[in-house]
Amino acid sequence: MMSTVVEQTQQESPKPEPQQFAGAYAYTPHLAAAETKLHRKFCSSLDEAIKRSGLQDGMTISFHHAFREGDKVIMTVVDTLAKMGFKKLTLAPSSLLNCHDPLVEHIKNGVITRIYSSGLRGKLGEAISNGLLELPVQIHSHGGRVHLIQTGELQIDVAFLGVSCCDEFGNANGSHGKLSCGSLGYAKVDAQFAGKVVLLTPEIVPFPNYPASISQDRVDLIVQMDDIGDPSRIGVGAARVTKNPRELLIARRAADVIEHSGYFKDGFSMQTGSGAASTAATRFLEERMSARNITAGFALGGITGAIADLHEKGLVKTVVDVQSFDSDAAKSLRTSQAHLEISANEYANPTSKAAYVDRVDVVILSALEVDLDFNVNVITGSDGVIRGASGGHCDVAAAANLVIVVAPLVRGRIPTVARRVATVVTPGESIDVLVTDHGIAVNPKRPEVEQRLRDAHLPVMAIQELRQRAVALTGEPEALEFTERVIGVVRYRDGSVIDVVRQVKS
Amino acid sequence: MRKARRSMLFVPGDNPGMLSTAFVYQPDSVMFDLEDAVSPREKDSARLLVFHTLSLPAYKDVERVVRINRLDSEYGLKDLEAAIRGGADVVRLPKTDSAEEVHELESHVARLEKECGCRVGQTKLIAAIESASGVVNALSIATASTRMVAIALAGFDYLVDMQTKRSGGSEPELFYARAALLHAARAAHIDAFDVAYGNVDDDEGFLREVQIAKQLGFNGKSLIHPRQVYLLHRAYAPSEAELMYAKRVIAAAEDAHGKGQGVVSLDGKMIDPPVIKEAEEVLSRADVA
Repeated sequence: MMSTVVEQTQQESPKPEPQQFAGAYAYTPHLAAAETKLHRKFCSSLDEAIKRSGLQDGMTISFHHAFREGDKVIMTVVDTLAKMGFKKLTLAPSSLLNCHDPLVEHIKNGVITRIYSSGLRGKLGEAISNGLLELPVQIHSHGGRVHLIQTGELQIDVAFLGVSCCDEFGNANGSHGKLSCGSLGYAKVDAQFAGKVVLLTPEIVPFPNYPASISQDRVDLIVQMDDIGDPSRIGVGAARVTKNPRELLIARRAADVIEHSGYFKDGFSMQTGSGAASTAATRFLEERMSARNITAGFALGGITGAIADLHEKGLVKTVVDVQSFDSDAAKSLRTSQAHLEISANEYANPTSKAAYVDRVDVVILSALEVDLDFNVNVITGSDGVIRGASGGHCDVAAAANLVIVVAPLVRGRIPTVARRVATVVTPGESIDVLVTDHGIAVNPKRPEVEQRLRDAHLPVMAIQELRQRAVALTGEPEALEFTERVIGVVRYRDGSVIDVVRQVKS
Repeated sequence: MRKARRSMLFVPGDNPGMLSTAFVYQPDSVMFDLEDAVSPREKDSARLLVFHTLSLPAYKDVERVVRINRLDSEYGLKDLEAAIRGGADVVRLPKTDSAEEVHELESHVARLEKECGCRVGQTKLIAAIESASGVVNALSIATASTRMVAIALAGFDYLVDMQTKRSGGSEPELFYARAALLHAARAAHIDAFDVAYGNVDDDEGFLREVQIAKQLGFNGKSLIHPRQVYLLHRAYAPSEAELMYAKRVIAAAEDAHGKGQGVVSLDGKMIDPPVIKEAEEVLSRADVA
C-alpha cells in the first residue's frame, strides 16, 4: 500500500530536473553569511514582517486565541494591516472574543471581508448578526477547523502567532516566559499549514529554546512585541470558581450523573468544559473520586486550574491540553511531565489519523439552548444574535461515551429547553444527558443510562416535562424574527453545513 | 415517616425569580418572607406574590412557611389572611416576646381557617424569639399552642437587645439564648432552629456555626442563602454506621409490626419506641449521605 501512495505522488508532481553543482550555497545563499544564516528571521518591526511575509490583498491571515479575552495580537496586527492599506483579507483565527470588538471598524473599512472562526461575541457578534459582513461568517469547531485547513478550503497564507518566548530560529512555546498563555494547541496547526509563519514574542531567549511547541523549521519571521496579551484575562468569563447556588446545584447533579452513569471506573477519561458549572463539577468529582479510590487515566481539553489541581493530587494521571484556561493550568503544563501539550489536530479533528476525543469516556458541556430532540445551540443567544463559540462542543460530543450537557432551566426569563433551538451546533444524536437545576433528562437512545440514574434516585424526567416546567415559570416566549439573509454558516466538524444563522430582524 | 426540619430557607417575598425556583435547592422548609426582607412600599405586592407562590405544585415536597409581620403592625393581619387562604403549612411569627402573642395569633388563625373552609388546626406555628424577654419566656412560648412545631432564635435583634454583637468563634454571647431555647423546645417536644448566618460568602464560618448548633442539639438553622442548604444537610448527615444501624432498627420494627408483635427486638435486645423514633430521624437526614 505504502509504495502505491509514493508512486501516485511521484506521478502527480513533476520531478525537478537535477542541476549541476554550483557551490555549497548556490541554492541557499542565505546560509553563506553568518548574519543571514543565524539572524535572518528577525524583523525590526511588524510592518517589516508583514512586507517580508509577502501578504497581499485578498489573502488569508490566521491567529490563535490562547490568550482569550487578554489577546492583543489580532488587534495589533489588523490595525497595522489597515494602516498599511491592505484590503479584502480573510480573517481566520481559531476563535474571536469580546476583546476583538474593534474589528467592526476594519470590516466597515474593507480590510476584512471574510471570517472563519469558532465563535463571535460582543459587539462584533452583534454587528455581524445585523448584517455587517457581506459574506456569511463560517463557524467551525476546533477539530473542524483543522479539517477545513487540510481539505484546502481554508488556506492560510500568513499566520501571526503570539508566543510567550522563542529563540532566534523560532523554537517557541506559550508555557514559559512572563506572558505565558499555556498550551499553543491551535497555533501548532497554523504553524504546520500556513504559507508563512510570523511569530510575535515579548521574549527572545537563548538558542535552543525548549520545549518547542512550535519548531524552528515551521517559522519564517520573528518580531519582538512587548505586549502580545494579558495572561490574567485568559480566565475571564470562562474558568471562574462559582459561588452561584444554581450553578453549584447543577454541578453537583452533573457529578451525581457521572458517578452513577456506569462510566465512573478507575482509569476513566474525562473532559470538562470551561463554564462555571462544568468547572465546579470537577471539584465535586474530586470528593467522589477520593471516596471511591478512583483515578482518571487522562483529562482532555481546554484545561482549567480545577483539573490541574486533580492532577497534582494524583487523581488525574495525565493531562492532555490543547488550551490552558487559566494560569494554574499553564503552570501545570510548565511543571508536570505528565501534562501534555497537543495540537487541535491531535485533539479533535475527525479526519486526523488519531484524535484524543475518540478516547474520552465522560464529557460535561454547556449550552445556551437545548431542544426536545437534544440538539444544542452554543452560538446564538435568545435574541438570535451570535454570542458564543462552537469550540470543541460537537467534536467531543460525537466522540465521547457519555455526553452530559449542563444548563440552567431558565435564563433571565427565557427557557433554556426550547421546542427547537435557534441554531443547531451539535446534533441531538450526540447528546446523552441534560442536567438542569430542575431535573435531569436522558436521551431516549440511552435507556440503560436512564435506568442507572433512576436506580440512584436522581431526579430524572422527560425532556418534554422539563420544557413544560420552564414554560410554566416563564410563559411561552415569542418566536424570534429573522430576515431571509444568511449571515453565518455553521459547519459541522466534518465540514458539512449543519445549520445557518440568519440576520435578526431589527 | 417524620420529615427532618434541618433547613429553613428564607426567600424574600418580593423576589419573583427566587419565589419561582427556590424549591430546586430542596430545603426541608422554605420561608416566604413578608417581614424584614420586604420594604414597606413592596408589602402589598409581596403578599400577592407569596399568595400565588403557595399554590405552585413544585413546592409540594417542601414545608411552606410564611413569615408575617407582627400582628400589631398594619400588615400583620393581611399577611396572615394571605398565608391561610394560600394554604401555608406554617406561619412564622417574628419577634415573639410572650405566650400571649402566640395565643392572639392562634385565635386569628383559627378564625381564618374557618372562614376559608380549611380544616381548623391544619396550620402550624413557629415563633421566632428575638429579645431577652423572649428568651426568658421561651418555655411558655413553646408550649403556648398545640399548633407550635418549632421555635427559632433570631440572633441579630437579640444581640442588639443584649447590648452586644457577634464575636465569631465559639460565640459565647449566644450560648445562654441557645441553651434556653433548646431546653424550652425539648420540654415542649417541638423543634428548634438556630440563628441565620449572615456572611453568605463565608462557607467556613457557616460550617463552624453549624457544628456548634448541631452539637448543642438544634434540629437545624434558618438559612438566608440557597448555597447553605446543601452545606447544612451535609453537616447534619448521619455517618455510615449510624445509617446502617438506623436501617436495621426500622427493618426490625417493620418486621415485628408485620408479625403483629408488640415488642421489637434486634440482636436479642429489646428496642424501645424512642430508639425507633431516633432511627426514623436519622433516616430523614440521610438524603445527602
